[in-house]
Amino acid sequence: MLGKLTLSAIPYNDPIIMGAVGGSILLAVAILALITWYGKWSYLWNEWLTSLDHKRIGVMYLILALIMLLRGLSDAIMMRGQQALAVGSSHGFLPPWHFDQVFTAHGTIMILFMAMPFIAGLMNVIVPQQIGARDVAFPFMNSLSLWLTVAGALLVMVSLGVGDFSKCGWSGYPPLSEKAYSPGVGVDYWLWSIQIAGVASLMTAINFFVTILRMRAPGMKFMRMPLFTWATFFTTILMVCSFPVLTVVLALLALDRYLGMHFFTNTLGGNMMMYVNLFWMWGHPEVYIVVLPSFGIFSEVVSTFSSKRLFGYKSLVYATGAITLLSFGVWLHHFFTMGAGPDVNAFFGITTMMIAVPTGVKIFNWLFTMYRGRVRMTVPMYWTLGFIVSFSLGGAAGVLMGVPPADFVIHNSLFLVAHFHTMLITGTLFGLIAGYSYWFPKMTGFRLNEKWGKRAFFFWLIGFYLAFGPLYVLGLMGMPRRMWHYSNPAWHPWLLVAAGGTALIVIGTILLIVQLVVSIRERQSALDLTGDPHDGRTLEWATSSPPPIYNFAEIPVVRDIDAFTDMKERGVAYVRPGQYRDIEIPKNSGAGFIIGVLTFLLGFALIWYIWWLAASCAAGILLIVIGRSFVEDIHRIIPAPEIERIEEQRYRKLEAAT
Amino acid sequence: MRRKGYFVLVGLASLFVAVILGGCDKVVLLDPKGPIGDAERNLILEALGLMMIVVIPVIIMALWFPRRYSASNKKAPYTPKWNSSPRLEVIVWLVPIVIVTILGYLAWSKSHQLDPYRPIERGVKPINVQVVAMDWKWLFIYPDRNIAVVNKLVFPVGVPVSFKITSDTVMNSFFIPQLGSQMYAMAGMVGRLHLEADKPGVYYGQSQQFSGNGYAYMRFPAQAVSRKEFEGWLKKVEKSPYKLDSARFKELEKPSTNNPVMYFSSVEPGLFALIVKHFVPMNPVASVAAPGSIDVAKSASGGH
Amino acid sequence: MADYASTVDLAHAEELEQEMVTNRVFGFWIYLMSDLCLFSAIFGTFVVLSHNYAGGPTGKQLFHLPYVLVETLLLLCSSATCGLAMVAMRNEKKNLVMLGLAVTFLLGLGFISMEIHEFSRMVLAGDGPGRSGFLSAFFTLVGTHGAHVSFGLLWMAVTIVQVGLKGLSAPVQSRLMRLSMFWHFLDIVWIGVFTTVYLRGVL
Repeated sequence: MLGKLTLSAIPYNDPIIMGAVGGSILLAVAILALITWYGKWSYLWNEWLTSLDHKRIGVMYLILALIMLLRGLSDAIMMRGQQALAVGSSHGFLPPWHFDQVFTAHGTIMILFMAMPFIAGLMNVIVPQQIGARDVAFPFMNSLSLWLTVAGALLVMVSLGVGDFSKCGWSGYPPLSEKAYSPGVGVDYWLWSIQIAGVASLMTAINFFVTILRMRAPGMKFMRMPLFTWATFFTTILMVCSFPVLTVVLALLALDRYLGMHFFTNTLGGNMMMYVNLFWMWGHPEVYIVVLPSFGIFSEVVSTFSSKRLFGYKSLVYATGAITLLSFGVWLHHFFTMGAGPDVNAFFGITTMMIAVPTGVKIFNWLFTMYRGRVRMTVPMYWTLGFIVSFSLGGAAGVLMGVPPADFVIHNSLFLVAHFHTMLITGTLFGLIAGYSYWFPKMTGFRLNEKWGKRAFFFWLIGFYLAFGPLYVLGLMGMPRRMWHYSNPAWHPWLLVAAGGTALIVIGTILLIVQLVVSIRERQSALDLTGDPHDGRTLEWATSSPPPIYNFAEIPVVRDIDAFTDMKERGVAYVRPGQYRDIEIPKNSGAGFIIGVLTFLLGFALIWYIWWLAASCAAGILLIVIGRSFVEDIHRIIPAPEIERIEEQRYRKLEAAT
Repeated sequence: MRRKGYFVLVGLASLFVAVILGGCDKVVLLDPKGPIGDAERNLILEALGLMMIVVIPVIIMALWFPRRYSASNKKAPYTPKWNSSPRLEVIVWLVPIVIVTILGYLAWSKSHQLDPYRPIERGVKPINVQVVAMDWKWLFIYPDRNIAVVNKLVFPVGVPVSFKITSDTVMNSFFIPQLGSQMYAMAGMVGRLHLEADKPGVYYGQSQQFSGNGYAYMRFPAQAVSRKEFEGWLKKVEKSPYKLDSARFKELEKPSTNNPVMYFSSVEPGLFALIVKHFVPMNPVASVAAPGSIDVAKSASGGH
Repeated sequence: MADYASTVDLAHAEELEQEMVTNRVFGFWIYLMSDLCLFSAIFGTFVVLSHNYAGGPTGKQLFHLPYVLVETLLLLCSSATCGLAMVAMRNEKKNLVMLGLAVTFLLGLGFISMEIHEFSRMVLAGDGPGRSGFLSAFFTLVGTHGAHVSFGLLWMAVTIVQVGLKGLSAPVQSRLMRLSMFWHFLDIVWIGVFTTVYLRGVL
């Protein structure tokens, strides 16, 4: 009846796990109780869970990303704590089977359930506004993507308390991840959660690709698109081409595990090298999928806060395009030590280094944007400068690893770990936090507290150097990654410093939450009445903060790269439209949410071999999709008088502000 | 406030560099004990030096521009519409291209020079060692003397060691940091690696690829000794009462951690080839045995 | 309310509807491209594993070319009838559209039944997907195509019902257009399967 699922799947004798599970459940119950207490269920359902508004969906993505960031960070604390303790005769507080789950979950969560939703969230909130559109091309599919991502994330969370998670690292190399060596449900949790999130990402990519290509405001030619839109555009290309490969490689591993096939097994004609190749054919573009949007954010931030046009706009666009193209030709540098031969290794080494050229160009362009500008040192600028410095150093480490014989000694060491954390923390996460601070007023209508923001930044920055500087050294000292225990005492002091750095990062994260709480409490003193708190240059600042559901009462006409600056200079930024028109917007739909729930159950059923549940969930999903295709009435009209009322309110606020 | 921040950063950075340089003997990759490791260390330092040509100016500009062109500094020039300069753009593209070209040349030539498959030419006959990664220990077979050792590698100084590497289980990576290059150990495949030690000493080796529960224990002493000591050690192993026959190998295949060093005075003939053949992807007559259990006796009567 | 009545612009609404249809067709085209990447990865896998027989049977021993040729013919014909249904749609001939789709459906069903028969014959003979790397790749590549065709059949059945109930309305037409793109795409993929798997396997 319940497949492999029995009560013994719950690890109730492990105090660490049960503490985490208990905490999560208590928190969830508290939130549910609060919603009930304030009678907000129908508000939640009508305004959020069923919403097809890209801005609401974006905010929900961001909430998911924040929750998963905290989960991933607690994994990081456990890893650093364990390695700070487990030297020589001490075995730390985690047994190896638990430590292995922790680093697997950390990687999986941070990449697929923190970075990806964070990016999807900012893309959702900003891109349609930046190109002067009222919504994305496929609003329903957008909501479906969100709920599938949530379903995947929920599976990872459930693995904490029911069964266990994969112990094979986030890249899940077979044959270790095959049934013969990992017979439990852990790998299956990993497999299905990222399979589901992968499908969601693919849908998001198609959605934004079409949105950007077909829904730009009149006058916005390609070479007038803001850099964040460009970055998103290239990212969606990467996603459309690479995510199917992830789908395939996970499906093949699932076939090995579920139907006894031999794709990557040690025996009967399997070939694990194929997995490694396919995984990184997705995995390397994925690195750029998470880093390009941040590059876009840095471009927007630098230009806005230097009150100056972006230097070398075309260079930046071409550089982004070059990175996109090159990123498909470098995957082999993840395994130079497989013995592919010097010609192949050198080829992929050189393509890897070539990526440094467009990346370097981008960095110079940001620097020259500040040159002869009027630089305002706001919180997003701090994150950006922190990024430029750290990323150049981390990038140098990366190019170094692109030289095959150098990689022969630092591959799979903590040097590698330090390198990609430099890229992903300062490259991706700093950018995303910069974007969050930059666009926060647009999402909520009030600004974030600057003082707490700067404090958070400095804790993060110094914490980052203390946590990952030692890892570079440890890599040069020959320490491999993923060790739950080690006996070399020379490594120990460095790991203690790294643990201290992690503590600073934790404080930095807490300060980010403090900043959020303080800003919400003191929001009356930081209201953004104009919709343009930073003297912005692109179209998202032309709407009010937060924007009405339809974004623009009248679609603006674009005449310049810095479309909004141009409108302000021509004095047409805040002119009332001559006549208001009815606006058609998508009706809410609960189908996305319900399919998300069913997909979660489907994943859970597959993991535990509960076939009847899996079959009925799959059938349910199909029926809902078919049922929805019969519904024609998917739009509602906001009548012109209603729009006039909303817009007049905004003009009154504008007048009050000036 | 800002100035204080810079001092803190610069101070931390210098402390960092000082500690690395001070503790150089612990930073094993910068203190190699063989020609391959030497070449790789030099390569790392050269490549890093080249990249600093770009990185250092970038960092200086990133810290200087925001101060120089701060919004509060009204005396600084301000050109809000200035957005391109052909001369600067050429520099911006050209400098990275030149550096990457030099690095690319380095990568190409060194990849061939330091190809792990390429024998080290010394004019002496290399020592052959067959390496088998197991759950979770290393088996070293010395085919020329027909002996085997678990979790300990001994070889003479100044003589190249020629490794053939495979796995009897999941993927591992065979690595002795102070001697240089690592190589994956994969079932059904043979990786090649050539290393040499210049100075006698005990250099620890390890698995550099996560391989499951006992991964942290896949560590072994790699001892470089004089020729004479090596001969003596070989004799010692040859006196061991244990023989690595099929039954013994099956015993050894059972997962274990912290395996003590074991000496075997003889090895089932062709054992290494059999381990490889068992997993070969295109194996025309596969044995249907469960993974991780090889019937050595049966296969032995077949091929070898 | 009356003051604004003049602003309700029918032409504008139609324009929006047209744009939505174009977006959907375009988006579906992008999906097909990503599906092409998916198939490429599986094709690649098949090529890598195509000689890993592990002592099991080879393609030459397993494949019966005339049988596969009949399958191919069925699918090619179904593409043709699907094209005819699209011509009928452009001429606003509702019944012809339904007829064309029904014939396409039957041909597709024939193809799938033959494939299932081939699979079950192999599995029953002990040459199932767990026999060797080669057979895993074979069943997965051909089976993925088959799964797509089956999904297409379900979609077609639903569309026939929609054409019957709603006539050739704009959303239904858009769906028909996408369905026919999907169907032709599967045809092209099958040509790849036929040459890579069966022809290469037998020759």
